[in-house]
Amino acid sequence: MSNWPGIAFQVLQSVFVVLAAPLLLGWVNQCRAWLQNRSAPSLLLPYWTLAKLFHKDAVIARDASPLFRLTPYVLFGCMWLAAGIVPVLATSLPFAPAADIIALVGVFALARVFAALAAMDIGTSFGGLGARREMLIGFLAEPAMLMTLFTAAFISGSTQLTTIVDTLAHRDFAIYPSLAFAAVAFLMVLLAENARIPIDNPTTHLELTMVHEALILEYSARHLALIEWAVAIKLFAYMTIGIALFAPWGIADAGDWGDLPLAFTALAIKLAFAGAGLALIETVLAKLRLFLAPEFLSSAFLLAVLGMLTHFLVQG
Amino acid sequence: MSGLHAAASPLGGSLLVAAAWLAIAALGLVPAGKAAFARRIAFPVGALAGLALAAFGLQAVWLPAQTLTLPLGLPDLPFHLRIDSLAGFFLMLLGSVSTGISVYAAGYFREEAPGRLGLICLQYHVFLASMTLVLLADDAYLFMVAWETMALSSYFLVITDHKVPAIRSAGFLYLLIAHIGAIAILLCFGVLHGGRGDYSFAALRAAELSPMWATVAFLLAFFGFGAKAGMIPLHAWLPEAHPAAPSPVSALMSGIMLKTAIYGMVRVIYDLIGNVRWEWGIVVLIIGAGTTLFGVLYALMQHDLKRLLAYHSVENIGIILLGLGMSMVFIGFGHTAAGVLGLIAALYHTLNHAVFKGLLFLGAGSILHSTGLRNLNDMGGLIRRMPQTALYFLIGALAISALPPLNGFVSEWLTFQTALQAPILANSVVRSLLPLFAATLALAGALTAMCFVKVFGIAFLGQPREPAHRAGVAHSGDAGGMERYGMAWLAAGCLVLGLFPSSFLLMLNRVGVSLTGHALSGESLSGSGWLWLVPTAPEQASYSPVIFLAVIVAVTLLAFLLVRRFYHGRIRLAAPWDCGFPEQTSRMQDTADAFGQPIRHVFGPLYLMKRDLPGPGDAAPRYFLKIEDRHWYWLYLPVARAAEFVSTKIALLQQGRISIYLLYSFLTLIALLVFVR
Repeated sequence: MSNWPGIAFQVLQSVFVVLAAPLLLGWVNQCRAWLQNRSAPSLLLPYWTLAKLFHKDAVIARDASPLFRLTPYVLFGCMWLAAGIVPVLATSLPFAPAADIIALVGVFALARVFAALAAMDIGTSFGGLGARREMLIGFLAEPAMLMTLFTAAFISGSTQLTTIVDTLAHRDFAIYPSLAFAAVAFLMVLLAENARIPIDNPTTHLELTMVHEALILEYSARHLALIEWAVAIKLFAYMTIGIALFAPWGIADAGDWGDLPLAFTALAIKLAFAGAGLALIETVLAKLRLFLAPEFLSSAFLLAVLGMLTHFLVQG
Repeated sequence: MSGLHAAASPLGGSLLVAAAWLAIAALGLVPAGKAAFARRIAFPVGALAGLALAAFGLQAVWLPAQTLTLPLGLPDLPFHLRIDSLAGFFLMLLGSVSTGISVYAAGYFREEAPGRLGLICLQYHVFLASMTLVLLADDAYLFMVAWETMALSSYFLVITDHKVPAIRSAGFLYLLIAHIGAIAILLCFGVLHGGRGDYSFAALRAAELSPMWATVAFLLAFFGFGAKAGMIPLHAWLPEAHPAAPSPVSALMSGIMLKTAIYGMVRVIYDLIGNVRWEWGIVVLIIGAGTTLFGVLYALMQHDLKRLLAYHSVENIGIILLGLGMSMVFIGFGHTAAGVLGLIAALYHTLNHAVFKGLLFLGAGSILHSTGLRNLNDMGGLIRRMPQTALYFLIGALAISALPPLNGFVSEWLTFQTALQAPILANSVVRSLLPLFAATLALAGALTAMCFVKVFGIAFLGQPREPAHRAGVAHSGDAGGMERYGMAWLAAGCLVLGLFPSSFLLMLNRVGVSLTGHALSGESLSGSGWLWLVPTAPEQASYSPVIFLAVIVAVTLLAFLLVRRFYHGRIRLAAPWDCGFPEQTSRMQDTADAFGQPIRHVFGPLYLMKRDLPGPGDAAPRYFLKIEDRHWYWLYLPVARAAEFVSTKIALLQQGRISIYLLYSFLTLIALLVFVR
């Protein structure tokens, strides 16, 4: 594959996502602070936090196994890989054929399994609790995500994310009922998978309700920084998947450098809106009790399956 | 054909391997006094024979079918043998997986008493040889003989520890269900045969059946082989028999023997009956989906490691059935290319399951051997005592959880791709049903990941949970050399099958061609270099595990190097933080039962639960939980009671007085005189 512009594009996009991801997180935090009548932190605060964490000495429990130290890097690697598959700025990425939507869901699952295992490694009570809850959320969110993506795959007749986005971006404007179902399901999965309200609260350390924070309780310094960074990339990746599936207009073709500024502007505007929307959701909703989480997610799963059936009944 | 030439051909070679296994079996008995013989010679040579069988099987996949008639068996009823692509594929599975298990067994049985070891050696190798003959059989007669030999030898292996009553009853249950299955298979051959007097598979293949009789034959074959495979509702023996057997035997049974049942299904349904109907596919899909979900949900509830793995075998058989069912639906509607894809997905999962489930059972055996523990709730922190076993077990756990880039993911990916072919179907109801089965598969995959986080997290990570067992865990060492080589072989299999799927796709495509006469689309075959897996067309779907792995490793390494370059690698060791909670004991960790608690909450009505919760003032709280299978109560016990009732009624005949028996004879004679004139 002698597709040098494409490969350059691929590398550029991956680096861009990794560097820009904390900015999105900062934007969401800022919006939420405004909506909640607090004075907002700096947009760049996530970067400062990461820098601070990287400079600290890592404190690790005596009994930690190599798995515990390896996991932050694996998480970061998985998320970086996911960022490479999702068409953020352009379609037809040369790396995209190596992993389709099923593999994308697989990458997120791989990261989840490693995070849960690392949480159980030290043998603390909170670690096991976090792992159990994370897997509980995952076992419903993951198939819901897959079904959402399958709906899009049925519309475009392909499981390649780039092909799907290409089809959806260049079609005539039409309302797909199946995509509407899928969009709602996807939003619910996004909230759950990224540990946002109403499933989990990213700002809490309230012991009995936390899920994601319980998983990473034993991590500190550079390991924690890598995990936090991976979390930011994951949010970015999910948002760009959502944008790519449900609002793909303006995306450029790889190697078509002229379209880049337009694609970049479109992406920035869409992400700004998505981030503000997320902050709004987090402001108006309250966190659900843990045992309502399966109900929330099973409705997401059923909605996604319904969307798929709608595709066959209405459009098929 | 000269003898040497015959030995080099796949059929002759496979026969030689079977003969070698029988010879080893017999030799196991002779020097019964010498345990070293079985350990140092019998099992390793058996492993080498397995390797040879794998090579012959691989060769047979690519060659046209060969037949041979052996002058054995009854007069006028010789044994017919045949090797074709399908048999070759399963022989390769049998050979390659049994190699790892035999190597492991050479280490595992090191502490057995010599006499017992001789018996195990006999049964073990007879078991292997009979499975080979099942795969080679080309007439119903030899097939049933080999099938029954397989059932009996495995029965004796299951009851190796026959002094334990629970193991005896597990063995009995296994034997019983195996024979119910065997009767169904026998009846199926009877239906196919239709009174023509020739039981060779060639004659059965040539027979034209009416749709009704074909469906009867299909149902008999499906449930007959399904009883051996462990699909619901005939699965009850599996979670009893697998934990009862010694670990290498569990690995053989779960890894390979269940697969002979899949072989039988494919052979009878695709080859002997032929003309697959889509309605059959729907039956297979429904049972498969039920089996998948049932298996994984019950696996999540187990705390006995081997029982848990046995329930996962049930689940994986369900996944294989999902692939087969989709394939039958597509073939039934005339979309043979998509049907072949489904068949390939099912067979690929068959091979994958053999490899990773074998590996996991061996890992469970090493834990048992090293610590004496089977209950997950007693384990913890084994990664520090058994790092290599932990690594192999982790590979197996990631593979069975269908995580990329390992092998379980590839076959589930192919099954999903088959389901995504649904839009080509003309029947709109079936078309919208197929994605529902894909949803089932997705759900089961995620639940499996949860279950194996539980297994690995609780057994290998954390701290030893029970103070009473801490000494045992502390003194346990890693698995012995041979055990580790056996596990390494299968772990390598997980990696190879996961990273280079396209070569196996081409191989399975051969099997598909030989069974259905159709191949995958030419585009997909040319698109599949060693690097790319392309089941239909490159723009539709592709996957490259090697690139996937390379990128993930490169990116992870890059992150590591960047962090080290720009910051530092300083580390301070300290006590665990745990939100600053000071009174931390190892009993505060999650147990296996605790980990499954959310699932019990969500799927409560599915289980029959008996719980014993300690009171709040209890100083030494003990939590007790028992989960039972509902099938026992609505299916097995009523059948057992009915059988008992009928037997007591029939037992009325037995009076124990000679005059009554003479009266019976007299009455029979009269009846015969009346009816047979």
